[in-house]
Amino acid sequence: MTQIETTASGLSRRHFLGSTAGLSFAVALGGAGLLPAAQAATAAGKRDIGAWVRIAPDGIVTILTPGAEMGQGSMTGVPIALAEELDADWNKVVLDWAPADPQIYGSGAGKSMAIVGSRAVMTYFTDMRMAGAQARKVLLNAAAAHWKVPVAELTTEPGVVVHKTSDRRLGYGEIAAFASVPATLPTVSADELKKTADFRLIGKPVPRRDIPAKVSGQAAYSIDVHVPGMVYASTVHAPIQGGTPERWNEAAVRRLPGVLGVQRVDNGVAVVADTFEHVLAARQELEVAWKTADGADAFDSETALEETYAALADRENGIPAETVGDKGDVASAFAGAAKTFKATFRSDYAYHAQMEPLNAVARFNADGTLDIWEGTQTPDSARRQVAQAMGLPVEKVNHHQQYMGGAFGRRTIPDYTIEAAKLAKAIGKPVKMIWTREEDLANAMFRPQNLQCVEAALDGAGKVVGWRHGIVGDGGSLIHSGTAIDRYYGVPNRRAESRATAHAIKLKHWRAVAHPFNLFAIEGLVDELAAAEGLDPLAFRRERLGLNKKAAEVFAAVETMADWKAPRPKGRALGVAVSERSGSLGAGVVEISLDRKSGVIRVHKVWVAVDGGIVVQPDMARANVESGVVYGISSALKERATVSGGAVDQSNFHDYEVLRMSEAPEEIHVRFLERDTPPTGLGEIGNPFVPAAVANAFYALTGKRLYHMPFTPERVLAALQA
Amino acid sequence: MVAFKVNGKAVTVTAEPGTPLLWAIREHLNLTGTKYGCGQGLCGACTVHVNGMAVRACQTQLGEVAGKSVTTIEGLSPDASHALQKAWIAEQVPQCGYCQSGQIMKAAELLANNPKPSRDDIVAHMDGNICRCGTYTRIVAAIQRASREG
Repeated sequence: MTQIETTASGLSRRHFLGSTAGLSFAVALGGAGLLPAAQAATAAGKRDIGAWVRIAPDGIVTILTPGAEMGQGSMTGVPIALAEELDADWNKVVLDWAPADPQIYGSGAGKSMAIVGSRAVMTYFTDMRMAGAQARKVLLNAAAAHWKVPVAELTTEPGVVVHKTSDRRLGYGEIAAFASVPATLPTVSADELKKTADFRLIGKPVPRRDIPAKVSGQAAYSIDVHVPGMVYASTVHAPIQGGTPERWNEAAVRRLPGVLGVQRVDNGVAVVADTFEHVLAARQELEVAWKTADGADAFDSETALEETYAALADRENGIPAETVGDKGDVASAFAGAAKTFKATFRSDYAYHAQMEPLNAVARFNADGTLDIWEGTQTPDSARRQVAQAMGLPVEKVNHHQQYMGGAFGRRTIPDYTIEAAKLAKAIGKPVKMIWTREEDLANAMFRPQNLQCVEAALDGAGKVVGWRHGIVGDGGSLIHSGTAIDRYYGVPNRRAESRATAHAIKLKHWRAVAHPFNLFAIEGLVDELAAAEGLDPLAFRRERLGLNKKAAEVFAAVETMADWKAPRPKGRALGVAVSERSGSLGAGVVEISLDRKSGVIRVHKVWVAVDGGIVVQPDMARANVESGVVYGISSALKERATVSGGAVDQSNFHDYEVLRMSEAPEEIHVRFLERDTPPTGLGEIGNPFVPAAVANAFYALTGKRLYHMPFTPERVLAALQA
Repeated sequence: MVAFKVNGKAVTVTAEPGTPLLWAIREHLNLTGTKYGCGQGLCGACTVHVNGMAVRACQTQLGEVAGKSVTTIEGLSPDASHALQKAWIAEQVPQCGYCQSGQIMKAAELLANNPKPSRDDIVAHMDGNICRCGTYTRIVAAIQRASREG
């Protein structure tokens, strides 16, 4: 029996680094599967290239996974498609991280390894299937030649080629022992891929590979990396973002126990010491005088959002708009409307709050190379950017991907890794650089605050014939996403536009980017329209909004799941909203209660129906939606970052509160509609609907509207009195 | 220098007694399953047991554990075989996984003292441990499973 050796982290390199025996598909994805080695090498611009999949004589199949793992399960979800078409025995498949080499391991025409926008499974799915099918054909051809039988007489069972006529069987490992990968790989056409009904792994309950290491404490995050001779560092950044250090008490800090250096970095000063406790102690004593950019200390986020954004949004007297979407004749639709409606919504800054404060380990080697250990959503561009920042050719940077303790969009910019590399260079030793939680928050990149002005025009029959959506905020595309209502509603004339402000606050993609606040506004107004027209919110959507087929199906599914018409316990009410992101469409219902004294809203139950195409790993997909729901409730009810005098007001989890167990729903029900279409993104479909669904449930319960996210107790109490 | 037991083994750590236990465990003893999340006792990612009681390692000084017995996730069971670890796998709880050592250690304290907790007992006991991936419903299910299957 084969002993599968898995390292403590759940990954194994043994079968790649061991003997050269066996079949090694040293090839690249070519848009429609594997490229032959020579062609792949040309594409990669070098002779020695990495392998995607290797079958060892002992039958172990090693697949390199490009699915950066931040908790969403892509590490398992991406290679499972290759294993499916290879007809591998999953119990003999081991996984290892794909190197940060996009020419080999990147997906799509852009050859990118970025795991963003819920796209890991979506973008790699077909390529991985084609690759697996090609590798299977190589095995079939080799077995046919060996037995001297027509290849058409052969079939496979997991890990075995079978010749039924003669009742002979050859394990993949046995074939690997004598076969070789041909110079020209067999081609595979799409119709040769398995039919959905024949899947053994896709759509089946296959456990994630990272979980055992995550319950034993063995999973390796970058913060866990130990390198011989390593020292520690932590940076204090300018409290007003964009500021630079002018002077600091270096001499005093250098005298503190264990301190090895006090080093300026771009926007801050780092303390380097022999242990992390010495770093923390010295950090307390570090005093820095900062130089602040002109006017940066005047920014007050609450004043801006409450007082100036609305004026900027004014179509006549505001600032020029950028068109985000435009269809039909919106002006005429509104001019000829029987009724028009308008509402304004606001959302505050939000912080990623990944549980692992950002950190990295860097080491310069005697041969001029640099090793970096980090958890990143974009290993390829991180490696390139680190190389560029350090003036090294990319080949001189050895990138070691680690598990990520959460990411949520933050970890596509390697600023923290570059800092670690600069410190390692300055101090001449390997450095583990860790931002404190306070630093991670003060120096955060937020989901932008914003104001939404949405308007609807109804014709004489009460149908929605015109739609306007104006957004004010900083961040360009970071405030645009999620305004394309034609992905679910058939409104003939619609326009979305944004008006740009600029603040010196760093911004970033946050789970589902702008969808959560844009859908808060869109679905908030839809709920108002339904109430004004005296219709049930679901009936209004069906009768007046021209739901497309997909939308009609997800709304119908969630209506059944939640038993929408059934009476609720006293003090409870339901709200509904659409969810849309990364090609997937969903609809969600929440059941809430309200403590009218304290103003605290509680979400008790959640139902979500999703059309996500073929669901590659159903339980993992469900977990992603559950996670999105909780992330969404957390943001809708609690999460709020503010800026005063140019500096972030919050510092840790006591004043930037995220949802805790006592505030989480007791039940989250997720249903995926059965589909035979390619997978679409599921990592972010769980949160966009939540703010609107909660606000709409609040209306059902109280007859009052919530227009400012998060729905803090103060805002809830104010709304009740409005 | 402080002497104590970690996961049943006698150890001495050369560090000031005021050093947070968290960094002594993680960086001096290289037991990295215990995680740093907030450094202020707000998130529970660093939860370990001292003489069987769950504590926040970031808020516990090294000097306080002199002569005591510390258990980390690595020592909760041989081969990750504790009923909670098995239940965590059965319910496929972890996502990013970063908070889960702390969650499991906190839950282990609960089951040691209250083998058949109600849902309310579980929520009250676990409420100090943040999971940013929002695995709360699965954590509850896993604790109930461990309680059931022992």
